[in-house]
Amino acid sequence: MKKVLYTLLFLLPFSVSASSGVKLESADIDLSDSASLERGAQHYVTYCLGCHSAKHIRYKRIAIDLKLDETEILKNVAPLGAGIYDQMHSAMNGHDAEKWFGTTPPDLSLIARSRGADWLYTYLKGFYSDPGKPTGVNNAVFQDVAMPNVFWQKQGTQEAVTKNVDGHDVISELKLVEPGQLSPQEFDKMINDLVNFLVYVGEPVQLERQQMGKYVLFFILMFIVLGYLLKKEYWKDVH
Amino acid sequence: MKERINKCSDWLLERFPISDLWNEHMAHYYAPKNFNIWYFFGSLALLVLVNQFITGILLTMNYKPDAKLAFDSVEYIMRDVNWGWLVRYMHSTGASAFFIVVYLHMFRGLVYGSFKQPRELIWIFGMLIFVCLMAEAFMGYLLPWGQMSYWGAQVIISLFSAIPVVGDELSLWVRGDYVVSDATLNRFFAFHVIAVPLVLLILVFLHIVALHEVGSNNPDGIEIKENLSWKGTPLDGIPFHPYYTVKDIVGVGVFMFFFATVIFYMPEMGGYFLEHANFIPADPLKTPEHIAPVWYFTPFYAILRAVPDKFAGVIAMGGAIVVLFMLPWLDRSPVKSIRYRGGIFKKAVLLFVIAFIGLGYLGTQPATPGATMVARVLTAVYFGFFLLMPLYTRWEKTKPVPERLTEQRTLEDRIPDLMAVIDEVVSVEKSPGMLGADNVKRRPNYAGIKTVLIRFAKNLKKSLD
Repeated sequence: MKKVLYTLLFLLPFSVSASSGVKLESADIDLSDSASLERGAQHYVTYCLGCHSAKHIRYKRIAIDLKLDETEILKNVAPLGAGIYDQMHSAMNGHDAEKWFGTTPPDLSLIARSRGADWLYTYLKGFYSDPGKPTGVNNAVFQDVAMPNVFWQKQGTQEAVTKNVDGHDVISELKLVEPGQLSPQEFDKMINDLVNFLVYVGEPVQLERQQMGKYVLFFILMFIVLGYLLKKEYWKDVH
Repeated sequence: MKERINKCSDWLLERFPISDLWNEHMAHYYAPKNFNIWYFFGSLALLVLVNQFITGILLTMNYKPDAKLAFDSVEYIMRDVNWGWLVRYMHSTGASAFFIVVYLHMFRGLVYGSFKQPRELIWIFGMLIFVCLMAEAFMGYLLPWGQMSYWGAQVIISLFSAIPVVGDELSLWVRGDYVVSDATLNRFFAFHVIAVPLVLLILVFLHIVALHEVGSNNPDGIEIKENLSWKGTPLDGIPFHPYYTVKDIVGVGVFMFFFATVIFYMPEMGGYFLEHANFIPADPLKTPEHIAPVWYFTPFYAILRAVPDKFAGVIAMGGAIVVLFMLPWLDRSPVKSIRYRGGIFKKAVLLFVIAFIGLGYLGTQPATPGATMVARVLTAVYFGFFLLMPLYTRWEKTKPVPERLTEQRTLEDRIPDLMAVIDEVVSVEKSPGMLGADNVKRRPNYAGIKTVLIRFAKNLKKSLD
């Protein structure tokens, strides 16, 4: 136990994240863009839900927040057989996942809150070919990640351009060597929609919360004004 | 009908001293009339305490203190419980707000000498409240069962193992398991929702009773009870109710404005109020890259890390709090308020503030060798402020303390000054525009900014003498 503590206290803080060499690109997050969120939800079900659940959100909630019809969301977004009150569960079970990937793919309900939108955006675009890996790809943001590049058909193949810094090979940029079905701009937009959706799923209430905020602040401001006038009135006779 | 109501109230008043209590603590409790902005934080601390109680009770209605369910139940509150997100953010923001308010309240006591004779006991009760609050916050932080909850608790509990001989057994006893686990979560829940809040409530009661026995201090550090009117009430005092109740309402409003801004627009406060890694469920097998406690513990955490030896570090961290208890006996100055104290004390306070904030910042950062060196210097400053106090407060040249409270300029008085400064730093160019109106161009006036800065520096230097 003492050893564990020693490690925690003194060694860990020294080992700053090794993967922080890549500069993060910024995602364009707009939670009021329902069309983008709906496209993102479709991409999520198509490309992510096979392995990653998002168990803290229900299709019903998405329908309400994106102002979609219930039948519409079941037809366009949800996988076949899902009900409107279902949470976004994955079909893959943890035991198989452990066997296939060596780790259970994490639930992504809160991934945008723990990693941040820019990290996700850069990460999802950051796969490059690395024949040494079982999946054939590696990631510039998250080295040696177990996840394969699920977008390879859309994105094409990227290769890493490295440069030598202080005796280490560091990735300076990723170069598209084989184009995919989408142009780089179209692909960026697709990933942006997906990240937008993940940010929404991280905290479905956030748009409502921000809209509510201005009324609350206005009310409090009025309260302050009245309180101040009351105070002035009472304190008139204090000298 | 009216007679009946009177009879009812008589019945009650003959059996319970409501009017006596009200008069003693509100309507006939005389407070100095010169309280300034620093005196809002006591009532605000009470407000935040009430907020934590109410939101906390609401949260327990849906929270599940079970290692398998805890994380999901918090997300359930955030998403599926009506207004659950608001209640949770009020509670999580309230925790940070509590420490902001309490740190400012303590600083007020420090600079105006509110801890000095005859108010030593109020300070002691206050410090006990602070210690309880830290325990409350630490145990509450485990409950969401995220990665930072888990590993933060792991690190802090294993500090007990640094104690020689009984250390390992002790930390095992505290945890109830070999690692932080379901047993730990359950006992922390019990302490967080019942045991510590009860103690906290009793201590707050004692803090206020002790305060009302000796009466409030004030920015001049003069005892108002020494100048009484022919009625026997302090000449410089005004009844707490209605004067300070209406004044505190304004303070409550301003506080709520900031509080609501955080809740509605930045509940995570950039990872300081809710840490990013705490949105990952606790995983005993995956240690986060960088474990940092929540911001309000970071000054003490930085002191812990600054000391090379583990046990000595734990002693230093504990000592940083224990030394605060001794403050009333470390300060040897005959003068209470910083307004009439010597320059050496003012400079010492300034250094202390820099050290405290600096340590707080370093506690959030990875401990690189350079940062550790800085943390060591600041730790020395922190302890130097207290341990050298008996010496430098005896040397200090105090200024004469007036007999009666002084008139201070209010916020309204300062507005014309502020306008004058703005005129000084902004240069205005007017040129004739359309429809007879003038086009006005405002540019920063660098010469003006320079003179304002020089004047500010001179005033700062003068105020430290």
